[in-house]
Amino acid sequence: MGEVIVITSGKGGVGKTTTTANLGTGLSLNGKKVVLIDTDIGLRNLDVVMGLENRIVYDLVDLVEGVCRIKQALIKDKRFEGLYLLPAAQTRDKNAVTPEQMIKLCDELREEYDYILVDCPAGIEQGFKNAIAGTDRAIVVTTPEVSAVRDADRIIGLLEANELKNPKLIVNRVRPDMVKKGDMMSIEDIIDILAIDLIGVVPDDENIIISTNRGEPLVANGKSMAGKAYRNITRRIMGEEVPFADLTGQDGFLAKVKKMFGFRSA
Amino acid sequence: MLEMLNKLLRKRSSRDVAKERLKLVLIHDRANVSPQFLEMVKGEIIKVIQNYMEIDEEALDIQLTKTVSEEGEGVVPALIANIPIKSVKSCGR
Repeated sequence: MGEVIVITSGKGGVGKTTTTANLGTGLSLNGKKVVLIDTDIGLRNLDVVMGLENRIVYDLVDLVEGVCRIKQALIKDKRFEGLYLLPAAQTRDKNAVTPEQMIKLCDELREEYDYILVDCPAGIEQGFKNAIAGTDRAIVVTTPEVSAVRDADRIIGLLEANELKNPKLIVNRVRPDMVKKGDMMSIEDIIDILAIDLIGVVPDDENIIISTNRGEPLVANGKSMAGKAYRNITRRIMGEEVPFADLTGQDGFLAKVKKMFGFRSA
Repeated sequence: MLEMLNKLLRKRSSRDVAKERLKLVLIHDRANVSPQFLEMVKGEIIKVIQNYMEIDEEALDIQLTKTVSEEGEGVVPALIANIPIKSVKSCGR
């Protein structure tokens, strides 16, 4: 029985789609059967980030409307065994799908795949409601900026109001040099404010832009910092305990996070 | 001298400024209850506490926010009241 995980943020442009692409690819590299669903109807992007834009025949709306079967709508990623993409429709609007249809779809996919990652649109309207409808867990992506953290807080409140308890946090685009100088909020600051568990910290890495240019998820490529961070998050999603790399260069960061996790899991 | 002091004061890191601003804005965002509701709660609390001690009504601060639950169940809403006590009435005992 698979698990459905929504990747959400509230604010746009913090890296939801990139995160979905990399975590999905990472899970498939660990031998899991994975479906990525792009629920951003009208503004689809997961297809280009994954480099699968030329292979779309059917989309999410076609599938829920019964125009095609699941197997026809899923695009198989030939580079990664067990990885599939269900693209969003580009010419329809968010009301073309209902939460009930999403629940039904997620239930069907859960039968056959290990992980279903749902890439949520920005905002808190219908698209968000559709994206979270059929999911078991939530991952909230934010960046160390006041606007992104504020929106993340709102999203966490809405997730909890919708019975998605204990969402996990990814802090994206962290600049350890700026944190050190006191010009960027640290991971601790953000956890302190949002009061949820951390599942990953992704450093700001220009390789992300390069890999997105090529349509090749960075997680598959060995050395980059961000790729390594995504591989760690992938393992944490699968239930492994992976220590947090000390990105901030601050004393006590690691110890505090460890303590927090130890305390909570006890 | 004043300039130096100003410079020193302004040197507060942008990280701290961001954190402080966020905390303040989130108090408002999270409290999706009306100010009238909070005023009512405040009035009732003052009434009860005044039976036992003399408090500084002006300085009383009450907010609806959220906090990490002690059972590790994630975030729970919390009513936080800061009530300065002037003196405890002995007859209350």
